[in-house]
Amino acid sequence: MPTFVRTDKCDGCKGQDKTACMYICPHDLMKLDKDGSETGHAMKAWNQEPEQCWECYSCVKICPQQAIECRHYADIVPLGGSVQPLRGTDSIMWTIKFRNGSIKRFKFPIRTTPEGSIKPYEGKPKADVSKIDEIEFYSANSIHKTDRSQLISG
Amino acid sequence: MPRHDRRIQKVNIMAEGTFGNPKVVEEEVDILIIGGGMAACGAAYEIGQWAEAAKAKGHNLKVKLVDKAAMDRSGAVAMGLSAINTYCGENDPADYVRYVRNDLMGITREDLVYDVGRHVDDSVHHFEEWGLPVWKQPGDEGKPLTQGGKPVRSGKWQIMINGESYKWIVAEAAKKALGMENVQERVFIVRLVTDKNDPNRVAGAAGFSVRDNTLYIYKFKACLLVCGGAVNVFRPRSVGEGGGRAWYPVWNAGSTYAMAAECGAELTMMENRFVPARFKDGYGPVGAWFLLFKAKVANGMGEDYNALRGDIIKDEKRFGKYGQGVPGTCLRNHIMLEEMRSGRGPIIMDTPTALANLAKNMTPKEVQHLLAEAWEDFLDMTISQCGIWAGENIEPDKRPSEIMPTEPYLLGSHAGCAGIWVSGPTDVGAPKEWSWGYRSMTTVKGLFTAGDGVGASGHKFSSGSHAEGRIAAKGMVKFVMDNKDHKPEMARTTQELVDEIYAPVKTFLEHKDYTTAIDINPHYITPKMLQFRLQKIMDEYCAGVSTYYQTNAKLLEICEQKLEMLKEDSLKMRAKDLHELLRAWENYHRILAAEAHMKHIQFRQETRYPGYYYRADYNFVDDQNWKVFVNSKYDRNTKKWDLKKVPYVQLVK
Ligand SMILES: Cc1cc2nc3c(=O)[nH]c(=O)nc-3n(C[C@H](O)[C@H](O)[C@H](O)COP(=O)(O)OP(=O)(O)OC[C@H]3O[C@@H](n4cnc5c(N)ncnc54)[C@H](O)[C@@H]3O)c2cc1C
Ligand code: SF4
Ligand code: SF4
Repeated sequence: MPTFVRTDKCDGCKGQDKTACMYICPHDLMKLDKDGSETGHAMKAWNQEPEQCWECYSCVKICPQQAIECRHYADIVPLGGSVQPLRGTDSIMWTIKFRNGSIKRFKFPIRTTPEGSIKPYEGKPKADVSKIDEIEFYSANSIHKTDRSQLISG
Repeated sequence: MPRHDRRIQKVNIMAEGTFGNPKVVEEEVDILIIGGGMAACGAAYEIGQWAEAAKAKGHNLKVKLVDKAAMDRSGAVAMGLSAINTYCGENDPADYVRYVRNDLMGITREDLVYDVGRHVDDSVHHFEEWGLPVWKQPGDEGKPLTQGGKPVRSGKWQIMINGESYKWIVAEAAKKALGMENVQERVFIVRLVTDKNDPNRVAGAAGFSVRDNTLYIYKFKACLLVCGGAVNVFRPRSVGEGGGRAWYPVWNAGSTYAMAAECGAELTMMENRFVPARFKDGYGPVGAWFLLFKAKVANGMGEDYNALRGDIIKDEKRFGKYGQGVPGTCLRNHIMLEEMRSGRGPIIMDTPTALANLAKNMTPKEVQHLLAEAWEDFLDMTISQCGIWAGENIEPDKRPSEIMPTEPYLLGSHAGCAGIWVSGPTDVGAPKEWSWGYRSMTTVKGLFTAGDGVGASGHKFSSGSHAEGRIAAKGMVKFVMDNKDHKPEMARTTQELVDEIYAPVKTFLEHKDYTTAIDINPHYITPKMLQFRLQKIMDEYCAGVSTYYQTNAKLLEICEQKLEMLKEDSLKMRAKDLHELLRAWENYHRILAAEAHMKHIQFRQETRYPGYYYRADYNFVDDQNWKVFVNSKYDRNTKKWDLKKVPYVQLVK
């Protein structure tokens, strides 16, 4: 299901120099059509190579306007179904619509800490450079206990 | 474009580049991390602290990370994952080695696997601390793993997570550890450059921004090459709009293997591949269905073919002793493929019975929860499978689904072991030749790798790749401190690199007006068509899906010739914009990864991985002659590959 962008919802990320969808797509697929010369819709984004889309939904989840949806790969999937997320800060809501019209909704947690709150080294020991040859990570006590009798010639 | 017209700029001098006339930014660092995936994030995290510690000793290390995408969602974990596949917990790392050895048909670097095993849990503990929700056993909810919280296991090594934001979380820690000013996103690295004074040493890397006509050239003492595995080397089962629906991430283009090979690093086990059996077309994961939900598969006749004919792998003449105990993943594929080849397909997973069985002793609320878990498994890591179920009105509690093996992928971190030969730990009894001073260094001085880059040690998965990146980080810091006064000098000039990397642009600008149709031109080939050609060659001659994964010496000989011409034609790729320049160089990397794969399969005269590929002319496992690693070295100047056997040594009882 390559992504598509709805003309009624996309606002080109308000003319900022990088749009959210362009920023995030791991495969460089989303593109902003600044002057409308490529799609006929100026200042709106589109998927420039749908047959390379992994359907990872990174762009769908990040779009501030919920302008991006997926139309399932036309060479594989019958029309009419859809899978649409709404990603919040600590959970994600999914709405799955079947071709026959029935609907399922799910909500899952995504993160137990506030976004941006990670303090990578807070409360950790400092690395000791004289120990760089040892197998421990800087954080010490990082090695799983091992039964060395399992090694043939440890 | 005449040479003298190109503007070469040093870093900080800002000038606009134009298409065909890029700005050049040159930068010198101590350590460059190429890639922003799990291994890169592990390295970035670990290195922050060691760099800090090194400062006290007067080493001011400058570290930079470049990623072709945005770290928040780059690499194989972009979509998220629903399980962490390597967490030792109550198990001994030696047991982990036995499991990996068995799954990879006896040949692994047990020193490397063991090292990942004893390090991996610390990375998982960090993920949880940073905010990744890890499922716990009833009663232990909210209790961290480090305080004895019991995880929900879907297998002996796997634990379940709510992993939609897995990569987002891991990237946040990595970016903070390095500092955003040391991270450069949207730069695709095209090649490594050796040192002018030592051809076996790496001195730099060159690539380009897919955003603003800028070419980046980095000089460094050490670098970590962690660009993931190789996808879309083979013709995918779907060639239309679904062409991007590979199981492994379509954007990992074999850059790791190609750049390492061109730099002269020894590769290992490139004949290995991974062909996962997955839900058909969407490639949704089956692990939780088999392990957690205890689902069964049947053939098209409704037979339990594993019970009826599963003992075919007990044929010792063909499969040695490998089919006797718990069969490796490839052997399980083999049983399935035999059904399909014999016309007894399709293979069907009986999801309704599995869920009904589980529901027998459950309240309606618990059943609802179970169904949500089944959907979440896909929503967290293969959303398109839900798309297919929605489009085809498949509810797993009501209708079963087809299972099918995918097209082949080359990777070293999931259930495969293609990759680069690296220096291992010295304290687990490995032969001396397996270790040359700096952990995780390849045979090229200063070039390190981890994750999908490390060969002969699969089953690291997301957590193991992160841990391995951390292990490599220490090796690099030590290397840089020991080589404090070394001044890297690149064997190639900036101008040569600019000319080479922008050649597809130049080709396009020079010839585009020769024909009326922009894509059909005798002077160039579009990256897309080049990719189609590569995929057709690999599929039909190198054991892709169209031959049921079979090949032989004659087919490989033709494959070799066709790949050679393809490589020549890759010099005529065009790029009409930066996006196409990206595709051009990705496909160049794919060709080299494919070539390595083909050469290794050609060299290994046996069928080590039945179910992944078959040498029809040597259709048996031959432990007598081939229980060895196959290593190769590529010479970029002569374009020749050198292959050799390297003895396998067992280290764990
Ligand atoms: C569908 C799927 C399911 C999986 N399931 C699980 C699971 O359940 N549990 C588990 O633990 N693991 C799972 N894995 C495996 C796990 O994701 C990988 O093992 C791990 O991500 C490998 O790490 P890596 O750093 O080697 O590569 P990646 O994480 O893929 O990172 C590669 C990085 O390199 C960058 N890059 C590529 N080429 C270039 C270039 N030329 N220049 C600059 N940057 C470049 C990419 O943008 C990316 O940042 C799964 C993977 C997939 C795809
Ligand atoms: S992120 Fe959404 S609103 Fe912004 S450009 Fe993309 S589609 Fe439009
Ligand atoms: S779904 Fe993923 S691959 Fe497809 S356009 Fe969006 S971000 Fe890119």
